[in-house]
Amino acid sequence: MTAALASAIGEICDGVGRDPTRLLDVARAVQERFRCVSTAATDHIAKELGVPRGDVDGLVSFYAFLSREPKGRVVIRLSDDIIDRLHGFDRVRDAFGRALGIEPGQTTPDGAITLETTSCIGMCDQAPAALVNEVVVTDLSTDRAREIVGDLRDHMEPARLVRTFGDGNNAHDLVRAMVNNNIRAEGPFVLSELQRGEAVSKAIGVSPAEVIRAVKTARLRGRGGAGFPTGMKWEYARNAEPPDGSRRKFVICNADEGEPGTFKDRVILTERADRVLAGMTIAGYAIGAEEGILYLRDEYAYLQRYLEHLIDERRGDGLLGPRILGTDFGFDVRIQMGAGAYICGEETALINSCEGKRGDPRNRPPFPAQSGYLGCPTIVNNPETLCCVTKIIETGPATFCAHGSPASSGTKLLSVSGDCHAPGVYELPFGLTLRALLDRAGAADAAAVQVGGPSGTMVAPDHFDRRIEFDDLATGGAIMVFGPDRDILEIVRGFMDFFVHESCGYCTPCRVGNVILRDRIARIIDDRGEPSDLDELETLSQTIRATSRCGLGQTSPNPVLSTLESFRSAYEQRVEADPDGFRRSFDLASSVCLTVSPDARPSSGGREPSP
Amino acid sequence: MAATSNKPRVATVSLAGCFGCHMSLLDIDERLLDLAELIEFDRSPINDYKSFDGRRCAVGLIEGGCANEENVRVLRDFRTHCDVLVSVGACAINGGIPALRNMVSVEECIDEAYRSGLTVVNPDGILPDDPELPRLLDRVRPCHEVVKIDYHLPGCPPSADTIWNALTALLSGAPPELPYPLIKYD
Repeated sequence: MTAALASAIGEICDGVGRDPTRLLDVARAVQERFRCVSTAATDHIAKELGVPRGDVDGLVSFYAFLSREPKGRVVIRLSDDIIDRLHGFDRVRDAFGRALGIEPGQTTPDGAITLETTSCIGMCDQAPAALVNEVVVTDLSTDRAREIVGDLRDHMEPARLVRTFGDGNNAHDLVRAMVNNNIRAEGPFVLSELQRGEAVSKAIGVSPAEVIRAVKTARLRGRGGAGFPTGMKWEYARNAEPPDGSRRKFVICNADEGEPGTFKDRVILTERADRVLAGMTIAGYAIGAEEGILYLRDEYAYLQRYLEHLIDERRGDGLLGPRILGTDFGFDVRIQMGAGAYICGEETALINSCEGKRGDPRNRPPFPAQSGYLGCPTIVNNPETLCCVTKIIETGPATFCAHGSPASSGTKLLSVSGDCHAPGVYELPFGLTLRALLDRAGAADAAAVQVGGPSGTMVAPDHFDRRIEFDDLATGGAIMVFGPDRDILEIVRGFMDFFVHESCGYCTPCRVGNVILRDRIARIIDDRGEPSDLDELETLSQTIRATSRCGLGQTSPNPVLSTLESFRSAYEQRVEADPDGFRRSFDLASSVCLTVSPDARPSSGGREPSP
Repeated sequence: MAATSNKPRVATVSLAGCFGCHMSLLDIDERLLDLAELIEFDRSPINDYKSFDGRRCAVGLIEGGCANEENVRVLRDFRTHCDVLVSVGACAINGGIPALRNMVSVEECIDEAYRSGLTVVNPDGILPDDPELPRLLDRVRPCHEVVKIDYHLPGCPPSADTIWNALTALLSGAPPELPYPLIKYD
């Protein structure tokens, strides 16, 4: 076994040229083959790649999809986010648990099937959903859960769980997924039809400076959520000098769509991946990069073979490779698979992950445009941003600017889910009101809408006239709709569960503070809260926000802060001061440890001695 | 002590603490005489009064967190009788050294202390079980998790000057002067 393990790891390491920056790929391959990265495997990998053992160990402990202990041959990962919970996650989880005879986190005694829960897998429009190995199963019910377990017991082949394919490329031979696109509004840019090669040939027909000028003229801002002007980012990278002796620069496409409630990149990658690859090529031309990395989240592994096929096709068409369309410009793309870590959506964490490290965010400056992947100038763009670039090049900046609002040009893809009749992806011009969107999605009775995922803003009905644009409700595209029967505090608790799980742990205020926030919310839900808790929630939130290094900690208190502001009564109704000044959250009877002194000690024990 | 009833009354207690904070209070040295002019002690280890007599106290100084049910009962008694409660020192504020046991279960903790510890000689494996001994809490808690605490005075222990400045400020109603050297700990 040990010899087999050693030789297998040797082969895997050879496969990546024994390059230590490909450690994540090696660990993923070992995990896939041996169902874990054991202590022995860790030793072998460290030796083969010449890296410290701690690096391998740290990596394995960081990523959710890597494990030290063996997993079952089939791993069922139930997507656990607030939308899945609205649609019966608890019942489905219990049904799986009962059918398998295990709890989440356990493996069946025969080592066949592991049941786990995981953060949002990008299927909120068809929740509850789960990954069975890399096969996505959607619209789960308790019946379906029992069926799936029965089928797996029968054949242990996750692919056979898919009976009908979804629409569009979901039915492609290399995808074969039951996922549906649920495209509800096809806008003029991102989701529009394309002619392969048009954008790239137009771009390399002009100078790189002109490409950047076009992107700037279109006033394109990043679609991932932060809204940084794309042209400016590209210009920084174009003017940045690679480190001594190197000419390398990099274009990274951030398809680590981990923000719960977001799934528009899934649809882009399924239907318009050609645009994404074209956009990366154009970006490479603009900044002077010859290498691109498409960072694909592990949850979307079912798209990997299809995307690789597209990359091959584009190479065949002369749109990728050493001499694009016969010019001196060369550019190629590789896919980097993630391994289940939300924080890797943060661009510096993503770069670390691409380098085969733990996805810990880096300090900024230096910004990636100066020193990113392997220390070289790097731009990181969202797939949607890259799609916009292709359209700007195809039709010109003026057409692009004709849509949207003054500060937010173009369209935005919105992932709508939750309590609405038509969940799915909407490409609509920036500047539309939330109310208009809710009307289209069939959510007229919405009582609350979370815009921008857990780190975004919870909007109350009297603010439904706010606009979706960078100056008002800025968003990466997640719109979660909650009906009048939903408990706002339960939703907040769900979001805080998420941040507690995904915090990388580097900054104490984020690692510890989010736990305290969550527990305090739970206390209020349990009717043990006091008015002073609300002030403490606010103070602690400000501390976490001010003292965390990356965007996760800086935004993780948002669910609390935004609902304290817009849904304050939901809190106030449930808190009450104790007239004696005793904490309502502390119950003496249940806090006394009885197991140590099981004898029937009188409950008056420990009385004050008489004076 | 002069029996003037109109002086503000101050009560103090050490719960799950080491009495270090009380030693620090005594460290105000000759200012103890000033303090005696300023206040009247209610129940406190300093005068060895063991319980409140029904009169209101202006200030209660709490050393130590809550490790057992007696601590909780006493702390609640302080909350009931004192207008202002101050958590004094690391254990009252954070649980401190006693709270280190929160990392392991109470069972393991007791076992280590009375049965399997390297230096323990206890051939019959007898555990302390006198009815007078208060039962332990499942974990040690800082005071503010049990009752409302009005002020926190950090330090291990807070220095005599810190306690003096804070207490006199509290009694006079003025904002306390706690210059940086008094409240830095590195």
